[in-house]
Amino acid sequence: MLEIRKDYFANERDDNLNVIGKGIQRQDMPGHVTGRSRYFDDHAFEGLLHLKVVRSPHHHARIRSVDVGEAERAPGVKRILRAADVPVNKNTLLSLINFGKDDEPTLAVDKVHYKGEPVVAVIAESEAAAMAARKLVRIDYEVLPAVFDVEEALKPGAPIVNETYPNNYFEYHEKFDHQKLRFGDTEKAFAAADLVIEERYQTSPIEHAPTETNGSIAAPEQDNRFVVHSCAQGLFFSLGTSAKILNIESNRLHFIGGTVGGGFGGKVDSLTEPLAILGAMLTGRPVRYVLDREEEMLYGSPRGAERVYVKDGVMRDGRIIARHVRSYFDAGAYTRLSSYAAIKCTAHLPGPYWIPNVSSDIYVSYTNRCPSTAMRGFGITAADFALEVQMDKLAHAVNMDPMEFRILNAYRDGDMKAHRRVAKNTALIECVQVAAEKARWPISESARRQSSLEGGGQRERGQIPATPIDQRGQIGRPETRSGPVTQTLPAGTMRIPLTKQPELEGSRDARPVAPNVPRYEPARPMTQPVVQAPAPLAPMPSAAPPPQPGVEPPAPPAPGVQPQHGAMRFSSVFGTRRR
Amino acid sequence: MAKVPVQFRLNGSDRAAFIDAADNLLMTLRRGLNEFAPKYGCGQGTCGVCTVLIDGEPQLSCLTLAVACEGRHVETASGMAEGPNLHPLQVAFMDNFAAQCGFCTPGMLMAARALLDRNPKPSREEVIEAIAGNICRCTGYEPIINAILAAAGAGDQKRA
Ligand code: FES
Ligand code: FES
Repeated sequence: MLEIRKDYFANERDDNLNVIGKGIQRQDMPGHVTGRSRYFDDHAFEGLLHLKVVRSPHHHARIRSVDVGEAERAPGVKRILRAADVPVNKNTLLSLINFGKDDEPTLAVDKVHYKGEPVVAVIAESEAAAMAARKLVRIDYEVLPAVFDVEEALKPGAPIVNETYPNNYFEYHEKFDHQKLRFGDTEKAFAAADLVIEERYQTSPIEHAPTETNGSIAAPEQDNRFVVHSCAQGLFFSLGTSAKILNIESNRLHFIGGTVGGGFGGKVDSLTEPLAILGAMLTGRPVRYVLDREEEMLYGSPRGAERVYVKDGVMRDGRIIARHVRSYFDAGAYTRLSSYAAIKCTAHLPGPYWIPNVSSDIYVSYTNRCPSTAMRGFGITAADFALEVQMDKLAHAVNMDPMEFRILNAYRDGDMKAHRRVAKNTALIECVQVAAEKARWPISESARRQSSLEGGGQRERGQIPATPIDQRGQIGRPETRSGPVTQTLPAGTMRIPLTKQPELEGSRDARPVAPNVPRYEPARPMTQPVVQAPAPLAPMPSAAPPPQPGVEPPAPPAPGVQPQHGAMRFSSVFGTRRR
Repeated sequence: MAKVPVQFRLNGSDRAAFIDAADNLLMTLRRGLNEFAPKYGCGQGTCGVCTVLIDGEPQLSCLTLAVACEGRHVETASGMAEGPNLHPLQVAFMDNFAAQCGFCTPGMLMAARALLDRNPKPSREEVIEAIAGNICRCTGYEPIINAILAAAGAGDQKRA
């Protein structure tokens, strides 16, 4: 039975926690048991059209030509969508908080970067007609070499996966090739340790497999707006993303959702909304775009695979004195949320343990795989798997009980963390004690008497150690990775100053200079709606040319009129307020 | 393509629709009759979220041709309550937290109802067997199994 230890919160809350610990009926439960809960697909529309996409059969290929003539003439087909129909056909999800560069098209332009990437969309009177017409789209590909391994992708000469990031790593703040943490002197501590143990851990991609597949229905509404029934887990995130991609004011989109048939992180990518809305704009009719189960399993973005190397220096008495973690996130072909995963991972290290010397290097690598995304604790879970298996191995190596080994090394209140913040509300010791008790796992009397509230922050446990930094410690450019130590930050230093300017792209690693990144600037000024009112409400004849750019040469970006998306908000990526 | 008529009883009312002969029952219910309780999860008979009762037997509506239901009685989760009174299974699902996202729930309820109709006092194993074709990605099944057993127990008390 669930037992709530209210005494833990006694000094934090003045109420008596009168809801926690009690059974309260959820307000959506009656709808669930009567079949009345409305999920995105449980809405009837007269004249509903169905959208299906043609996906790349190759991991990496140049698109030589696309012929949609036969598909356009197929029975029931209303409209074919091509890359040129998408107003802003390049986006990255976190651009809503100005984080990272736009790197992913809604429909592929001249290349495909993973197997399953959408290239053409077919809108037809029925799902069956759309699926039949999809087979008639002829795409000629020139297959290119692909890379699937996170470390291979970072080597010189590896195929360029994502032209926006031609070195195959996500570039933080347009300078840094990875997330880095330095606290104390790990190298020196490894030399002084009784034992040094290094292990490699590898996880697999995981599909969320929600019982409801990803999808949405968009329909023209009165007042030149569009109603969107969406499966999105972050409804306003999806609204902002769609408004940007479609280059329309967000108040013209009326998103309805929140009743999600299982998400687990796999419904934050707006996989279907932009195309469904674009379809509704261009046909004047309701458009439904739902992934079938096969698409969901193969091309719904998964939790990314991670490779984690953990190196620990440990003393025979069981104290861990140094930990280095090097890890690679497999982002797949595009960034989506992997850049954030690596930040979370770094913030989580070295796990819930006080270790006097910690360093880490966490990379986001691009490979020719399906882009990965959020999933329950992404960024943390794989690292924790690696760290906790490592803890068992270390305990074994020093001949200690694994529970006692964790209690010995656990954070206590007042300890200085590797991020130069003081640990508060720590409770690992108590968790281990309770777990041992419940599992009837014998631990020693002294381990049972330990407390997170005692012994933390004393002497070096509360201090920032002297931290040597090399060129690696300043700028993580590949060519400086083996640089010598250049400086030692005195004990107590809170921030590592940046003393080296980053080099320009293409000038290092003897790799070919990145080809020009295609641009998808909207051809019309931002102030004008893409489709003039009341055009969106009038059905478009299927043979009409798209009212979008495509034929016109892309306009160069006008300086100073970069679109700003989203209001001023707090960013957990920056820890500051940004527009 | 010429449409064909189909008529059957849906939760006690006579309903008719013009459909494509190849349409399955799930599509006919959802897109033809606006009956949205049965869900689409896979369309291949592997997940059970489309489960309905046809003449009292649990069937996967995604694998059933709509024309094959001519003249039969189709029941869904929307028809379980009698007026404002919920079926004991619905109450037990609420009490036992047997739904999280709720997407599998209409199908689960149909599978459970078919079980209790034919075997009012099932064992735990029989409950597990009865919902073996219904996938739930949220609850881990335990609350669902407990709810079905509780509903069976509640029915018992009512009779006693
Ligand atoms: S939709 Fe019928 S079994 Fe999955
Ligand atoms: S409650 Fe979500 S699938 Fe069962």
